[in-house]
Amino acid sequence: MGAVARKPIFLLAVVYVLFVVVSAFWPDVFAGQGPYDTHPAAAMQAPGGEHLFGTDVYGRDLWSRVLHGSALTIKATLIALGIALVAGLSLGVVSGFFGGLVDAVLMRAVDVLLAIPGLLLALSIVTALGYGTVPVAVAVGVGIIPGFARTTRAEVLRVKTLPYVEAARAGGASWGRVLLRHILPNSWGPVAVLAVLDAGVAIIAIASLSFLGFGAAPPAAEWGTLIADGRNYLVTSWWLSLLPGVFVALLVLSLNHISKTFQELGK
Amino acid sequence: MIRYVVGRVAQAVVVLWAAFTLTFAILYLLPSDPMELQLAAAGIQPDSLTPDQLAAMKHRFGLDQSIGRQYWHHLAGVVHGDFGTSLSQQVPVTDLIGQRIGPTLLLSVAAAVVSLVAGSGLAYLATFVRWNPLRILLTRLPALGASFPQFFVALFLIQLFSFRLGWFPAIGTEGVASLVMPVITISVIASSVLAQVLIKSFDQTLSQPYVVTARAKGLSRSAVHLRHAFRNAALPAMTILGVIVGLTVTSSIVVETVFTREGVGKLAQEAVLAQDVPVVLAVVTIAAAVFVTVNLVVDLLYPLLDPRIKNRVVTP
Repeated sequence: MGAVARKPIFLLAVVYVLFVVVSAFWPDVFAGQGPYDTHPAAAMQAPGGEHLFGTDVYGRDLWSRVLHGSALTIKATLIALGIALVAGLSLGVVSGFFGGLVDAVLMRAVDVLLAIPGLLLALSIVTALGYGTVPVAVAVGVGIIPGFARTTRAEVLRVKTLPYVEAARAGGASWGRVLLRHILPNSWGPVAVLAVLDAGVAIIAIASLSFLGFGAAPPAAEWGTLIADGRNYLVTSWWLSLLPGVFVALLVLSLNHISKTFQELGK
Repeated sequence: MIRYVVGRVAQAVVVLWAAFTLTFAILYLLPSDPMELQLAAAGIQPDSLTPDQLAAMKHRFGLDQSIGRQYWHHLAGVVHGDFGTSLSQQVPVTDLIGQRIGPTLLLSVAAAVVSLVAGSGLAYLATFVRWNPLRILLTRLPALGASFPQFFVALFLIQLFSFRLGWFPAIGTEGVASLVMPVITISVIASSVLAQVLIKSFDQTLSQPYVVTARAKGLSRSAVHLRHAFRNAALPAMTILGVIVGLTVTSSIVVETVFTREGVGKLAQEAVLAQDVPVVLAVVTIAAAVFVTVNLVVDLLYPLLDPRIKNRVVTP
């Protein structure tokens, strides 16, 4: 605990991430008003005490719209990470554990996935699946599988040669048991760090795709959609685009900082 | 050496072929029917056409053939530089891309050059400066730059330099002035990625014995930093050149959309919105080709620049 107390920025980052996650599942805790409540009389108000992030052209409170946007974006991020973790871990474990031809074939497949720049791979998946939060999440998730597969494989290869694995085998444990009880728990560290880091990457990618217009249909709004809508009023009402943008940037920054701190602690 | 080059080129060709096949499979094998997607995107109900009309349209775009035939037809076309016909604009995809590749090429090359200069400059300074607060600030800067979503950086620049200060046009493809903000937007992230790798590489290089030796024999700190450390630190960073170029190419999608530049990136965005499958396939294939080629060139140049690698490549 002492080590954490000496890292105030790390603490702030954790608090902010927790705040966003809570607001994603229970947006009403912090929102104050509904995201779709229109108040034409209070349209286009600048940020202030009553409306923390100001209001949009229909008088909707931007702060609560951002928090309700968290619900969609964070869920999409979790889906994307879930896909990448499950597929990446399985590929990496199988590849590192069996080695030989299986390893060669799987790693070549990962190379191919890496040869298509991430956002473009996501675009082709979105073209095929259609628009919405889930297709965008799937598209982004598939794009980050290679990183997980490679990291897991490297870790499994490293752990596999350690004495305690040999000891467990010599003690009569089956390969399956060694894999589940010894190799996986000890390979987990770097993969978890990568997961935190990739959460930031996924959030940017999801926000970018919804910014390009492939996200949830209106009036629901993901962060990217909010920022894209605010573009049209940039001259007069800068807050409509820039405040949600700051909100997203802070989250990614926090995640990157957390992942970096973990990495340093792990050394 | 020749065996290495031939093997590496063959590998690149296979990867590119596989990338094309994967993208084709995603776009053509998933349950959706390209023709119906296309009609829906254009606001036409597929039911409102007679079966004959639908069949005729499918025939025109070759969509009535079996998937295997379509694949071979497409692959043969791509090898000859023919990417088929755009479903939404009914013109050859190659012409469509030819008209719009200019601005994107200009943007990508400019952004790549700026990112290289800015990224290595930042890494150089961050490791050379001795005043600790500034050193920490410079070392942390790349992590900050890599955290901002690109559309946010773009909108911030527009707000500041177009609307507040009026220095550069907010949108458009004309002239050098329209290029400034898009290039900065891409360079913020690309140079951050490069600087992160370079700083790490610098730190490792500076702790090498030959750096201590060079200092001990009386060379100045700046001479050692530039001549001894920088050249060796830059070598590992070369391997992410492909990543940098890939970043500038994919960034063009978001950046061209924000700044309304008529390039291939915006074409890709429009093609996805219009569910124009052949155009999406073409853009993805071309981007993958650029990415694979840059990585190939880096891999082939690396042994020439680093004799240690050359020996390892030639002897086994």
